[in-house]
Amino acid sequence: MSEATHPEPNYMGVFWWLLILTVLEIAVVYAPIAKMAIAIMLIVMAITKATMVALYFMHLKFETRTLGLIALSPFVLCVFLILMLMPDIFPR
Amino acid sequence: MSEAAVMHAEVVEPQESPLTPESWGKLGMWLFLAGDAMSFGCLIVGYGILRHASNNWPVPKDVLGINLTAFMTFLLIVSSVTMVLSLSAIQKHDMARFKKFLGLTILGGLIFLGCQAYEWTHLITHRLPEVGLSFSTHLFATTFFVLTGFHGMHVTGGVIYNTCVLLAVSRGRYQAKHVEIAGLYWHFVDLVWILIFTFVYLL
Repeated sequence: MSEATHPEPNYMGVFWWLLILTVLEIAVVYAPIAKMAIAIMLIVMAITKATMVALYFMHLKFETRTLGLIALSPFVLCVFLILMLMPDIFPR
Repeated sequence: MSEAAVMHAEVVEPQESPLTPESWGKLGMWLFLAGDAMSFGCLIVGYGILRHASNNWPVPKDVLGINLTAFMTFLLIVSSVTMVLSLSAIQKHDMARFKKFLGLTILGGLIFLGCQAYEWTHLITHRLPEVGLSFSTHLFATTFFVLTGFHGMHVTGGVIYNTCVLLAVSRGRYQAKHVEIAGLYWHFVDLVWILIFTFVYLL
């Protein structure tokens, strides 16, 4: 069972994307635009990078759906955590 | 009778899991990582809440500087790539290439830790006292050291883990499936750093 059971993803392609996004992130920090826009762009780029690592380097793209759901569960729980802490963040 | 016992044993202890046919260890690692992601998730969410609640939170990049950290991010991404290349090599039974790339992955982890040690020393002895944000007086420093420290311990664990895998493969005790499991852990550490770099340094 040591052979790869799925086609090997283009690792170097993923690497260049990760690199480009990292450079873009650093550039965006210094961009003269609204802080909120910078924050949104940074979060979107970070999540994109994290997803690429999970999908291609961790081969999640080629795994069963259930394993993907297991991998996704902590992020769902974190969203719940944020929602539960909302009253603390925005007190009435 | 003995045949029935063998068949029974097969039913009770299946050799392959339906989720990860390659090995049970892979499923185990995924479950561990899901739990570990929750630990990091709690720390990052906690960081966000404390930061939001504070009225004198500094701009992180002005205090921490992002040049060295950008290099560290680059380093971890590269070490993730060398990790997948080493897995790809061992799957093709190219042992020399496997050892080279796993060795480079370990080296990348060690350089990362060296950079972090330098960064921490610089922050603790120079930068933080300079801006009046010491470990004991501001949550900025506390959350920073807890988050990056927790991640740094993971990198340390990953370097030790990868070294053990390299030795075990050299002795013929580990195969490609074990390297894949170690790879999952290492990529997870990279993935978390990508998030920490954004949330703690850039935002």
